[in-house]
Amino acid sequence: MIAYIENIKKACTTIFDGMAVTFSHLFRTPITYQYPDRTPKRLQETLPDRYRGHLEVDMDICLSCRACERACPIDCIKIEDVRVPKEMIVEPSGKKVPRVKEATRFDILMYKCMYCGLCVEPCPTLAIHFTKEFEGSTDNLGALHFRFVDEEKRKRVLAKAAELEREKMAAEEEARREDAENPPDEGGEEKPGDES
Amino acid sequence: MQQLLDGLIRSRGWTGEGTVQLVYFLGMLFFAVLLLLVVVTPFAGVVSWVERRIAARMQSRIGPNRVGPQGLFQWVADGLKCILKEDLVPQDADRRLFTLAPYLVFCGLFGAFAVLPFSEHLVIADLNVGIFYMMAITSLVPVGIIMSGWASNNKWSLFGGMRSAAQIISYEIPAALALLAVLLVSGTLSLQEIIRDQGWRPTEWYIFRNPFLFTAFFYFFAANLAEGNRTPFDLPEAESELVAGYTTEYSGMRFAFFMLAEWANLYVVASVMNVAFLGGWNVPAITSGVPQTIFQILAFAFKSLVLVFVIIWIRWTLPRLRVDQLMILCWKYLVPLSFLNVFGTALWMMVLPEGSPGGRIASWILFLFGIFLLVLFVLRVRMNLRDGGVTRLDWNPIR
Repeated sequence: MIAYIENIKKACTTIFDGMAVTFSHLFRTPITYQYPDRTPKRLQETLPDRYRGHLEVDMDICLSCRACERACPIDCIKIEDVRVPKEMIVEPSGKKVPRVKEATRFDILMYKCMYCGLCVEPCPTLAIHFTKEFEGSTDNLGALHFRFVDEEKRKRVLAKAAELEREKMAAEEEARREDAENPPDEGGEEKPGDES
Repeated sequence: MQQLLDGLIRSRGWTGEGTVQLVYFLGMLFFAVLLLLVVVTPFAGVVSWVERRIAARMQSRIGPNRVGPQGLFQWVADGLKCILKEDLVPQDADRRLFTLAPYLVFCGLFGAFAVLPFSEHLVIADLNVGIFYMMAITSLVPVGIIMSGWASNNKWSLFGGMRSAAQIISYEIPAALALLAVLLVSGTLSLQEIIRDQGWRPTEWYIFRNPFLFTAFFYFFAANLAEGNRTPFDLPEAESELVAGYTTEYSGMRFAFFMLAEWANLYVVASVMNVAFLGGWNVPAITSGVPQTIFQILAFAFKSLVLVFVIIWIRWTLPRLRVDQLMILCWKYLVPLSFLNVFGTALWMMVLPEGSPGGRIASWILFLFGIFLLVLFVLRVRMNLRDGGVTRLDWNPIR
């Protein structure tokens, strides 16, 4: 009987307390962000720095070393490159490194990417990195096929490569001409002592 | 309404028993349909929006605020969407019962509106067995629910229907007993007479008439929550156990009917509690005629809406009971206690008859006790806000 009355008392007091808790919440400010159009600032700006959004490649500092392509477990990075004249590039950290190759095609199939970050880690110049952009929904899969080398850039790189090729050809030509002008002493072949 | 139809008949010069009967019949039908369309359906819709907004605030969210000003027309969008949806009937369902069930639930709840008073003169039918009619017509609801559960040919639906039937039948008893205590005092079953017997002063309301009626209010409240399948007694549609209970297989229009009935039920339940315990439409007799009627409508609506708010509020506070806990609450607590209530009320009426000084003092003490509880509650809320580190109260509902 005492337990019975105790139960009733407990029910009354706990319901009373619980309702006071929920009622007090009516006077608190909601913490909801009204994504996408009524956020105080663009949501992408509020994300942490290490957020894994879409991948982006800074082609100005990419060495085309293909470390990312090799690291990708699902092969969503496609690189084609050519040799170009050697030039020094400046990393974000300020270090200077030589570049001897440049990509004529650097595609990331973002629709295949699983955001593992394995491509970002081996990059020697921090060229490939995550952005805070995450709004990838589209009605067109092609929109998620990122091409970081556009046609114009590709032509420029090819021109550079052709220049290098020309230089090389010229150098070879030069070398050959020099060879022709100063033919190596062929006397070594005819061993003087062989005659007899 | 009767007078309006009489006037129409006189002005047209219609005679003959058949014609007059037909005019009455069509007139009543017209008013009933008008009431449904103009008052009840929008009310049910708006309450669904209000509930979602309140629920959101209680959970530190914002809630629907895009369709119309502050999301006020969210229910229109939802309703239109439901109407445009495909009308699916499961392959192995009992087609006839399946299609009939939502309309039974709908009729059961909307039939109750026929006797609900909105003011002293604004009532469709002031039956002399009003309360009895109310309990009888809402008993159509479990029939519809168990029908939908059975006809869906789905185990979850069936479980939901069975639970609902068990629950409603169990809780009818404490609800009826709590009302019986009221009827002992009022001596009539007519809703209008019950209201007239109370006054506009809170001390004249039945809830403060004697301590037994005070507790009866809470038993009636709990029992009505259970009958309306509202949380914490929403076992028939417990989404974590039964998908959606008896509404699992329903879609589109029929689902909308179930939902409409559920929201409309909120108002019916609140109104009955208002009539039986909180003085209904009683206002001080300052004015008469149309202004008084308007005041009465406002008073009735205000009290009912406060109760609707409390029901919503409870839904977002208390977790769902288990089936056995539900039955324990009913049979071990509410039923014996409401029997005690009926007995106590009868005894009270013998010892302190209506209008005696002792009875009036008791009313005042109970009223002050009610105020005391309210103050205690406000203090408790303030404590919660302080503990939560809230420095600035945010009343603003506009987001």
